[in-house]
Amino acid sequence: MSASRARRRDVAIVSFAQLPPVRRDTARDETELVQPVVTAALRQAGLTRQDIGFTVSGSCDYLIGRPFSFVTALDGVAPWPPIAESHVEMDGAWALYEAWVRLQQGDVDTALIYAYGKSSLGDLPAVLTMQLDPYYLAPLGIDAVSLAALQARALLDSGRATERDLAVVAAARRGGAVAELLATPYLVAPLRRHDCPPISDGACAVVLAAGDAARRHARPAWIRGIDHRVEPHQLGSRDLTRSTSTAIAAEHAGVATIGPIDVAELHAPFSHQELILRDALGLGAEVAVNPSGGALVANPMMVAGLTRLGEAAARIHDGRARNAVAHATSGPCLQQNLVCVLSSEVAS
Amino acid sequence: MDRDEEVLEAPYRLEYTYQRSTGPVIGRFLGALRDARLEGVRTASGSVMVPPLEYDADGAATGEPTVVGPGGVVTTWAWVTEPRREHPLPHPFAWALVRLDGADSAMLHAVDAGSIDAMRTGMRVVPRWQDERTGSIRDLACFVPESAAAAAAAAAAAAAASAAAAGDDRPPVTMFPSPVALDYTVTAGRHLSAYLRALAERRIVGGRCPVCTKVYLPPRGACPTCGVPADAPVEVADHGVVTTFCIIRIPFDAAPFPPPYASVAVLLEGADMPIFHLLRGIPPEEVRMGMRVRAVWVADDQLGPTLASIRWFEPTGEPDAPHDQIARHL
Repeated sequence: MSASRARRRDVAIVSFAQLPPVRRDTARDETELVQPVVTAALRQAGLTRQDIGFTVSGSCDYLIGRPFSFVTALDGVAPWPPIAESHVEMDGAWALYEAWVRLQQGDVDTALIYAYGKSSLGDLPAVLTMQLDPYYLAPLGIDAVSLAALQARALLDSGRATERDLAVVAAARRGGAVAELLATPYLVAPLRRHDCPPISDGACAVVLAAGDAARRHARPAWIRGIDHRVEPHQLGSRDLTRSTSTAIAAEHAGVATIGPIDVAELHAPFSHQELILRDALGLGAEVAVNPSGGALVANPMMVAGLTRLGEAAARIHDGRARNAVAHATSGPCLQQNLVCVLSSEVAS
Repeated sequence: MDRDEEVLEAPYRLEYTYQRSTGPVIGRFLGALRDARLEGVRTASGSVMVPPLEYDADGAATGEPTVVGPGGVVTTWAWVTEPRREHPLPHPFAWALVRLDGADSAMLHAVDAGSIDAMRTGMRVVPRWQDERTGSIRDLACFVPESAAAAAAAAAAAAAASAAAAGDDRPPVTMFPSPVALDYTVTAGRHLSAYLRALAERRIVGGRCPVCTKVYLPPRGACPTCGVPADAPVEVADHGVVTTFCIIRIPFDAAPFPPPYASVAVLLEGADMPIFHLLRGIPPEEVRMGMRVRAVWVADDQLGPTLASIRWFEPTGEPDAPHDQIARHL
């Protein structure tokens, strides 16, 4: 482990930009979501489009119902003359992982990552059903909130959390008094509306730089470790009350060995998932979790995970944090999880 | 142009009419459902997986099918008060993971319990079968709380299915319909909306990139060379030059005319990007690169925010443009 780590190039997040997520952005098409965040992230990094060695995006065509929509959105990064480009049909956090791997090859020093999601055009619950196994789950029409509610019930039944604990998380992220939140009706029991994410349109962009290209920046947020793991798709074969994949990714990313953690940005679209993730990451009470509000406040699909990495890095950029943990999730009930450890120090 | 009502929107349905192949393991399970029977498979470690997959989480191939249930235990559940159209039941119901008797994993389905008060983790449930079964997870209509009556109904359904299956010469389940239909409200965005609205007024409006000064048609959110919005409005003429073309000779459902007819790229005067349209008023074999053409608009009462406001292009009869005028736009 240490030998392979020694061979790794030092890579840092050097800039982050996002559009303020909104419920419904009719004025912008995909290109118009991408162009402003890419422009802002490059400007912040002091780079031009021509300086970027590798570009990769995360998005989902089903959200807007247009196959290969990511190709149209490419206009927003000015791909002419032709650029080295890739795309993942996943949250942009996985695009960042691909860029980090790409930078390890050593022939390029900078990468641009962007993500966009426009859920307002379609029926998001129906769209998310499309990611499920087409034999046993999708024909039942089960939606993302119902799946999360099954997980929440399992957590409550385990005795490790109460409905009140869920409301405490919701109140911390989006405001409101716990007692009042608990007096509201269930959406899909045991989840109430405040336990569930809003539907949002949005976009964000991140610039990665390696070695000396990163050292030119005042306070780069160095990626000290990054890893992602996936669990079986079949819910009945998983322990829904634990996030084993997060725990393993955290171990490989070095969450336990970085030293005191100032801030953690966790991609927990549902309140109970934040509790499961804190547990899996072994975060103590002293760690500030989701000061940005997290996905309970704004949840642009394919964007919210990369936003967690960007928000955590921004805290290092402006000096508010020394060490940070960022997490992104994908799939039903925290099926796949990515953990990234960021630090103001390039190495210990 | 910053009010939402200036942005055009339209309903749009995305449909895929897929059939899905099942493979032998899933096909056998769906075939058993057709016979009102629940089956799992034995894994290499000896546990019983329901619903069955080809491989277990360790990557080992699963083995022999084994009958499970029909009753089982709810391991977790969620209560739906407002069912969606695609849900299995039209009235409030529970989703549940159900560990069937004899199984080690749990399967997801609906429980028709009548009330949230009838639901609890650990309760026993039995299946309720559809009368018409086709080899689908929905042949199992749902589970219901176990009671003497429910158990008797499930047993009777299974017995009837078993008797029917004895003389059954239906082929095994190898395929099933798996259609996708998703509804959207697509929005045109500000720039495309401005372009489309102009067409309803017999005008063609492009967008100029403020950096390279190219005029894009339609205007767009980013110039692909400069990365800035190409949206400074520019009126473009409704006549121009054919840059390239093809002749359609094979009929198809959506063809606008009986073939042969010409599809052309037209570089309108004042634009740097050609648009694609149809060309009429000339035999297809006489269509040429460099031909000068003009738009034929629909009647006033048929104008709308669509490129279909131009019926087609037709030759103007003027001398052709020299090749170097279009060479940069091919």
